[in-house]
Amino acid sequence: MSAPAAILPDAPRATVPPPVIPRPLIELERVAVQFGKGEGAVRALAETDLRIEKGDFVALVGPSGCGKSTILKLVSGLLKPSAGNLFVAGREIGAEDVRIGMAYQNPTLLPWLTVRQNVMLPLKIVQPYRKHWRAKRNGEYREKAEALLAQVGLRGFGDKFPWQLSGGMMQRTNLCRALIHEPDLLLLDEPFGALDQFTREELWATMQDLWSTKRTTVLLVTHDLREAGYLANRICVMSARPGRILEDCAVDFARPRSMDLLYTPGFVALTQRLRELIIGVRTAATL
Amino acid sequence: MTNILATLRAKAPSTALILGVFVVWEVACLAFGISDIVLPRPSQILATLWDRWPALWPHTYQTLYTTLVGFGWGVLIGVTLGVSIGSSRLAFETAYPLLVGISSIPKVAVVPIFVLWFGAGTVPAVLTAMIICIFPIVVNVATGIATVEPELEDVMKTLKASKLDILWNVGLPRAMPYFFASLKVAITLAFVGSVVAETVASNRGIGNMMMIASSSFNVPLVFAGLFILAGLGVMLYLIFSFIERRVTGWAHRKTDLAVTT
Repeated sequence: MSAPAAILPDAPRATVPPPVIPRPLIELERVAVQFGKGEGAVRALAETDLRIEKGDFVALVGPSGCGKSTILKLVSGLLKPSAGNLFVAGREIGAEDVRIGMAYQNPTLLPWLTVRQNVMLPLKIVQPYRKHWRAKRNGEYREKAEALLAQVGLRGFGDKFPWQLSGGMMQRTNLCRALIHEPDLLLLDEPFGALDQFTREELWATMQDLWSTKRTTVLLVTHDLREAGYLANRICVMSARPGRILEDCAVDFARPRSMDLLYTPGFVALTQRLRELIIGVRTAATL
Repeated sequence: MTNILATLRAKAPSTALILGVFVVWEVACLAFGISDIVLPRPSQILATLWDRWPALWPHTYQTLYTTLVGFGWGVLIGVTLGVSIGSSRLAFETAYPLLVGISSIPKVAVVPIFVLWFGAGTVPAVLTAMIICIFPIVVNVATGIATVEPELEDVMKTLKASKLDILWNVGLPRAMPYFFASLKVAITLAFVGSVVAETVASNRGIGNMMMIASSSFNVPLVFAGLFILAGLGVMLYLIFSFIERRVTGWAHRKTDLAVTT
């Protein structure tokens, strides 16, 4: 599949002074998160170390309530760590120029905008696109949105409204909205969780396709081990609350991966091992 | 042509019901020999409206004027308050109890105070209409803005959208259906406000006219006043429904347009 994004030159990036040693895009150093204070405090995340290289595709899996989404919120800057250091692109969180795209399970499309207008929303908000919004919204930006929509299989749906789409199509639109501003980092919080099995598998393929052409760094939070195994380069397994990373395993199946991969012995062995790890964690937590 | 027929067919039951009520009213008055001092027949009321229209028109104009001016100010103040309360949790939690307190005062009770401050006439009517329609607008606009999905807010925040960006791109458009729903309530309430104020202290307006007519037992004229108020209320309601459908059509989605994969 060709890369429609290549039609347009990359947007000029803000100049970041080159770091002396190449550092990973995301670094968590003994980061902990605690909600509340004193007796009633809840430790959501134990001291956690995590490094994600630029261009990597990392999946976070673990039992529910283990702090997977907390890590996403930390990285996106929505949440401040209670302890430890968090660097994104070599800088303390909050001061960075990193562009972030985000997609949740709930597509949260704006019902009063067409699919195309929804996809273009980040261009209206994020610099450097924002300053050319008025001049380019009917030209370059529109074409950019159409190209991205075509890549996820929604060619010709730009003028529809979100409520005219199926759940899978809405989630495709949501992915486009998270990617239109060419983010350095894409954060996915169970984006395919609410879809039926077949739609989900279609979207996995779409996601792999998008990642292969754009090489955006992706951090995916999921419950689905097959999803993690199919999509990610690395899977981090988290313990029960307060969460920490138990195991960090590389997934080195050749790309592009096909759905048949899911039924090969190697893949089954991987998901089985991960499953046992998580079940072990769950039983340990309930004991 | 088929469109017009379809519309007529859709409207037929409600039109029939309205006409039916009037017919039953007319027939019942005739059958039971009800005196027109107790309950005039619709035909008598319409005749009174026709005969007395030149004298009724200035009152109608006065009531419409005070209602619309009061409503206009109410919308302006209501939207301003609603946006500021809805866009900040602190403001919402601080101001909401006070607003509930104010709203639970029967607005009729403040008319004497307005009369005391501003004298009888137009000003108390405008103020009463205004104060009575502020609350539903504030509550609706604030609710529309305050109930933006948290996930959507997170998405906007990770795009480094400012509070103003979120308000402008998400909060305000989202509040539009709530706002128009409140407008339809507010415009009918505004009539209540101005008519009550006219009844208490004014020498013009439908409320005042009805007071004078009832003190002279001109019951058909009282009912003519009611008919005028009903007509004005329905007219303004229709105008706002029309604007609502134009502006917030997305909120009244038609499922038959949906496409599936």
